[in-house]
Amino acid sequence: MPFLSFFRTPPKSASLAKDRLSVIVSRERASTRGGPDYLPQLQQELLAVLARYEKIDLQHVSVSLDRTEGREVLELNIVLPDAANKNRPSA
Amino acid sequence: MSKVVVVASGKGGVGKTTTSANIAAGLAQKGHKTVAIDFDVGLRNLDLVLGCERRVVYDFVNVIKGEAKLNTALIRDKRIENLFVLPASQTRDKDALEPEGVGRVLEELKGMGFEYIICDSPAGIEKGAQMAMYFADEAIVVANPEVSSVRDADRVLGLLSAKTSRAEVGKTIKSHLLLTRYSPVMVKKGEMLSVSDVLELLGIPLLGVIPESKAVLQSSNKGTPAIMDDTTDVAQAYLDVVYRFLGEEREQRFIDEEKKGIFRRLFG
Repeated sequence: MPFLSFFRTPPKSASLAKDRLSVIVSRERASTRGGPDYLPQLQQELLAVLARYEKIDLQHVSVSLDRTEGREVLELNIVLPDAANKNRPSA
Repeated sequence: MSKVVVVASGKGGVGKTTTSANIAAGLAQKGHKTVAIDFDVGLRNLDLVLGCERRVVYDFVNVIKGEAKLNTALIRDKRIENLFVLPASQTRDKDALEPEGVGRVLEELKGMGFEYIICDSPAGIEKGAQMAMYFADEAIVVANPEVSSVRDADRVLGLLSAKTSRAEVGKTIKSHLLLTRYSPVMVKKGEMLSVSDVLELLGIPLLGVIPESKAVLQSSNKGTPAIMDDTTDVAQAYLDVVYRFLGEEREQRFIDEEKKGIFRRLFG
């Protein structure tokens, strides 16, 4: 409704920029900065294994390495296909 | 005691050369013997920004190759005592810079009593940029409050922590952020990344903020570093940066919108 949208403020472009940057910067840091060189390969091999059991979309997998005061956390985030898709009887 | 400082950004056109020229000029004005080295082989410009382009006879690569003595290649600034420039070569030979030769020239400069050696890095993350940062003790990372520049700055920080002589022996390089072309008015409207946004993303301490200003273009037109005309906001900002770099406390300015008086509101 044009009348209502007049009052709604669209998101400011600076906050969009910040959100997009924080995603891309942390992703690139994980793959390039200081992290072990084997990270990209590890990601691929893990995926290969997982793909044997689940149908996984590459888009829904992220590997990141966070470093906080002498401690490293390797985070592997996989979004499994949702239950509805999974339970659908296969043809 | 000499300090090698690299001015880097990754992205081109954000103000590396302007920053190198102004910081070198500022340090020299404060009485420190300073040399600014242009590492942008093939695209030299520091000489032009510092207004000594017509006095270039020999260059950095000539010195590395032993074709000229360092003393004859160095250009002494006519206006500022203690300021020297070592111009880049216009050769297209990309391998002209190699670690051994660059290291030798830097050592010779240290031996000549230079306190600050400012290395103006080329854009990109290729050989020239890597050579400019390889021997650095400290880094000034220049960025604009804009997505591609911030992303590239982060990449450069990655390289600084991995591909430098200090990193190879397990030491760190002190890196400072210099945010240039900042517009407090746009930040207030939510149309530009703020200082705190960029600091949060990059996670390095702030050396200063340089406001967007006509003075930068005007000074490069003239070949006179902006810092020499201390009536402009850019000069004031760079002066603050030089003081902070030398370890003095200076309050951050140019971050908030300038308060306009009633007269400037009406007639400004």
